[in-house]
Amino acid sequence: MTTATGAEGRDTAGAGYGFGDLDRLMGLLTGDEKHGPAATSTLDALWVLYDRVLRVSPATADAPERDRFLLSKGHGPMAYYAVLAAKGFVPVEWLPGFGAYDSPLGHHPDRMLVPGAEIGSGSLGHGLPLAVGTALGLRARGLTDPAVWVLVGDAELDEGSNHEAIAFAGPAGLDRLHTVVIDNASARYGRPGGIAARFEAGGWSAVTVDGRDHEALYAAFTAPHPGRPHAVIARVDPRS
Amino acid sequence: MDTMRDRFAPVVSALLDEDPRVAVVLAAIGVDGFVEAARRHPDRVIDVGIREQLLIGTGAGLALAGLRPVVHTFASFLVERPFEQVKLDFGHQGVGGVLVSAAGSFDWPSGGFTHMSPGDVALMDTLDGWTVHVPGHPDEAETLLRHAVAAGDDKVYVRLSVQSNAAAFPVDGRGFHLVREGGRGVVLAVGTMLDHVLAATEGLDVTVLYATTVRPFDARTLHRAALAATGGTGTPDVVVVEPYLAGTSTAAVAEALVEVPHRVLGLGVGRRELRRYGTIEEHVAAHGLDARSLRERISGFLGTGGSGNGPGGGSGGDTGEESVRD
Repeated sequence: MTTATGAEGRDTAGAGYGFGDLDRLMGLLTGDEKHGPAATSTLDALWVLYDRVLRVSPATADAPERDRFLLSKGHGPMAYYAVLAAKGFVPVEWLPGFGAYDSPLGHHPDRMLVPGAEIGSGSLGHGLPLAVGTALGLRARGLTDPAVWVLVGDAELDEGSNHEAIAFAGPAGLDRLHTVVIDNASARYGRPGGIAARFEAGGWSAVTVDGRDHEALYAAFTAPHPGRPHAVIARVDPRS
Repeated sequence: MDTMRDRFAPVVSALLDEDPRVAVVLAAIGVDGFVEAARRHPDRVIDVGIREQLLIGTGAGLALAGLRPVVHTFASFLVERPFEQVKLDFGHQGVGGVLVSAAGSFDWPSGGFTHMSPGDVALMDTLDGWTVHVPGHPDEAETLLRHAVAAGDDKVYVRLSVQSNAAAFPVDGRGFHLVREGGRGVVLAVGTMLDHVLAATEGLDVTVLYATTVRPFDARTLHRAALAATGGTGTPDVVVVEPYLAGTSTAAVAEALVEVPHRVLGLGVGRRELRRYGTIEEHVAAHGLDARSLRERISGFLGTGGSGNGPGGGSGGDTGEESVRD
């Protein structure tokens, strides 16, 4: 189903897995080769971020200078766990225990249990405000280099807490803050004017791309946005 | 006399100067007191506007980035409106911070019920690991604010009021204080309730304990005082007088005395909405928390008589009307 192009498949410093391994890793989580749309909608964006954009590794997972990635869309985290395993943050051996009582990997991730997870999430609308605070905190500590990334779903944007964060972050000039919106058109009432327009009205830089196209994602993730936070709306097939 | 809330901005401004970890997060309320601090520390004095979910999330995000956030607004907007953020963004993330509220139960009676939160401590009590400070005097508030900010990465709730007792206690941010000893039961007065309780129990043979830190609950001191004041019956009686929802701490009392048959009466702000404006004194009396009402209810419960000999009505503090920008 993927039409991925670009750097996938190349071995990296982590556990030596490539994009082509993620399907198998997700199969370990579910015991199945089929995955829910919530899990796979994030797969390409997560991979491009962890493979090519985020400056964080298992060795630097606690370093003050690391980039932060906050998974706010915490439901359907199989792609996230698969990428964390592929990059060596969590052992591949953990994956088959997904959701079991003694497994650190739940159906919603817990930062206190999962190495590399910056937040525990699942209840929608928490990640973006937490990312705002994280970006402010890093700035206050003089750590102006680390980027803060947060991944939300398009329906998750219905939560008012996200609107509070979007409206604040632009005028506050949080240019180290980045939001990836996985748009699988699952918001109840859609979004007249489009998702990007909401961010732009809040003073953000925003770009909309094909969420399965790795080169397009990479270009959008790395686009300059001086003085403004940056939103990447990654469109994937609508949820059936 | 200035109020506890008057101390908040000066104390936290000084802490901003002293400790580079400290950051304050506001939501359009209490901003004026931080104008000077914001000029000195523009990155650590943050006003998110009228956005209370973002207020809490931002505070927790600051903690994730290694800072010590002090988050402030009225109790209704700090605890009740963004309660799930308090629960998840601090507790579930495993980070700490200092939540500082004002106007808790009825500090601004003419503002009505929209600006009252008698249930804040009961709500916080559903969460694990929060220290709860309820000062009864501005000097105590200053001490407890400093304790709260200095408490490592602990989760601390500080409840500031415009009401006050006449004199400050040398509080330590931990246990209960023995104010008066007697033999016929224990009255635990919390925060601004102390003066009312002292007036109400004048001449009664009861022990009075004073609490400005109610969580963790000082079970040991209560247990000791309760056993010492059984009046020879072997069955301790305990009355808790709290400046917020009545009964908030009765479970903690029951736990402290779990192996001792005992009786407990929880007094505080009633659950029923009065739907009245007026003054603090009128609300104190309406909830039965003035000295005369307390004397009747306490002596009735303890069987100590003397209900007719009580002093006059309540002695609430300033009316403390609040200018709210919304």
